[in-house]
Amino acid sequence: MKPANKVALITGAGSGQGKAVAMLFANEGAAIAAVDIDEGAARQTAAEIAGLEGRSIALRADVSQDQDCAAMVAATLERFGQIDVLYNNAGIEGDIKADALSVENFDHVLAVNLRGAFLAMHYTIPHMVKRRSGVVINVSSIAAITAIPGPPGYAVSKAGLIALTRTTGVMYARDNIRINCILPGPVDTPFYQRTTGAAATASGQMFVASPLGRPARPEEIAKVALFLASDDAAFAAARPFIIDGGWTTGSFS
Amino acid sequence: MKLAGKVALITGAGSGMGRTASSIFAAEGAAVAAVDLNEAAANETARQIATQGGKSFGLHADVSNAGDAEAMVAQTIARFGRLDVLYNNAGIEGEAAFLAQFSNEAFDRVIAVNLRGVFLGMKAALPHMIQRGGSIINTASMAATVAQKGGAAYCAAKAGVVALTKVAALEYARYNIRVNCICPGAVETPMLERLAERHGATPSQVFANVAAIGRAAAPEEIARVALFLASDDSSYATGSTFQIDGGSMLG
Repeated sequence: MKPANKVALITGAGSGQGKAVAMLFANEGAAIAAVDIDEGAARQTAAEIAGLEGRSIALRADVSQDQDCAAMVAATLERFGQIDVLYNNAGIEGDIKADALSVENFDHVLAVNLRGAFLAMHYTIPHMVKRRSGVVINVSSIAAITAIPGPPGYAVSKAGLIALTRTTGVMYARDNIRINCILPGPVDTPFYQRTTGAAATASGQMFVASPLGRPARPEEIAKVALFLASDDAAFAAARPFIIDGGWTTGSFS
Repeated sequence: MKLAGKVALITGAGSGMGRTASSIFAAEGAAVAAVDLNEAAANETARQIATQGGKSFGLHADVSNAGDAEAMVAQTIARFGRLDVLYNNAGIEGEAAFLAQFSNEAFDRVIAVNLRGVFLGMKAALPHMIQRGGSIINTASMAATVAQKGGAAYCAAKAGVVALTKVAALEYARYNIRVNCICPGAVETPMLERLAERHGATPSQVFANVAAIGRAAAPEEIARVALFLASDDSSYATGSTFQIDGGSMLG
């Protein structure tokens, strides 16, 4: 795309990266379905887009729930008639102080972070196949490719998103649907502020630093999303893209 | 314009992805030093940019030669006063032979151009980028992660470029110099035509099944990624490998 006249469905759009993506895409002219489990936050994002004279609807959905995902896709199609970009961003860190082997915690994180993205794709991709056009961006994490101590559900869910991206990416490339994922490093969001304290305890100052010496601003990840959604990335398919300020390049010292 | 006021040096700018990137960077406002082993081809790229109203000049360099690498950077700075973007794109396919039959000279030549050339380019450019930061883009290849029969030198050199990219990113992040590489799959360039000829076929016949997308890339589809990496749109990306290969089951 250039986002004008395109429609983007963004989950986790009530705060952080998801909100930054919603605002940037709207600013570029896209209509936005702003989805969040926190309906008030979704409405706030939609209101800010309306303030820019952009087009948006706010939708509540718990992406781990089949019916919620079906409903958010149906509502977006009813309102805007099409979905050009699906941005699977909704994610939770889970209870980072829980027992690492807690089954309940593991299941819950997997349900939101991995099953949620799968469900959104389940309901959106058939529509994209019919139009022979679409972009899906899954938000993974460098947690998928590093080894940070803590309850493993988060890293496992994010690694699962890479596998989901790769397998579906090669399946649907010939339908002109490009499916990629972003692996952000630390991003200055409410999520990051909630998790850095605990992670810093576990692994020293490692988590808060990156070779660039700062976490990303949400807008810096949003610009990568815009690139991947655009025709500038027309030959990018089924791949993970690490955007981490050099975090995973190597040893810090 | 994404590169207004910037100066970019692009190697292998006489054909393929390098020429296309030169043209796109210039259209986005950059002054472009178009470097190629083939001086006439470099000059032609610069002439095409001038015709479009852009700023450019052509320059001969063998990137495997340390003196040439230093001279290309020095001449760019003499001409345009600064260097913001280095696109180490020059590369050769070399010969294809199984490892036991691979000539030592051919191996050394591929490593010299494709890997040592990237090292020398960065070594020459980094001291000039330290003051105000910059972006370096290295052309690696899908061959860095997916082995090819006959690719002893090419695959090893390109894997080396990925490693070199990470080292440079780690060392120079503090100076706000970002270093990333692109791993293209099959791209419709003169190199691809030569490779296809070895198989007695057209590029589209040989490479249609390499990418899940079902075709080779247009040079512009790689050059646009280079533009993203050169610009501030990628301000938090460093040390990363951008696999732009149309999707592959491997790698």
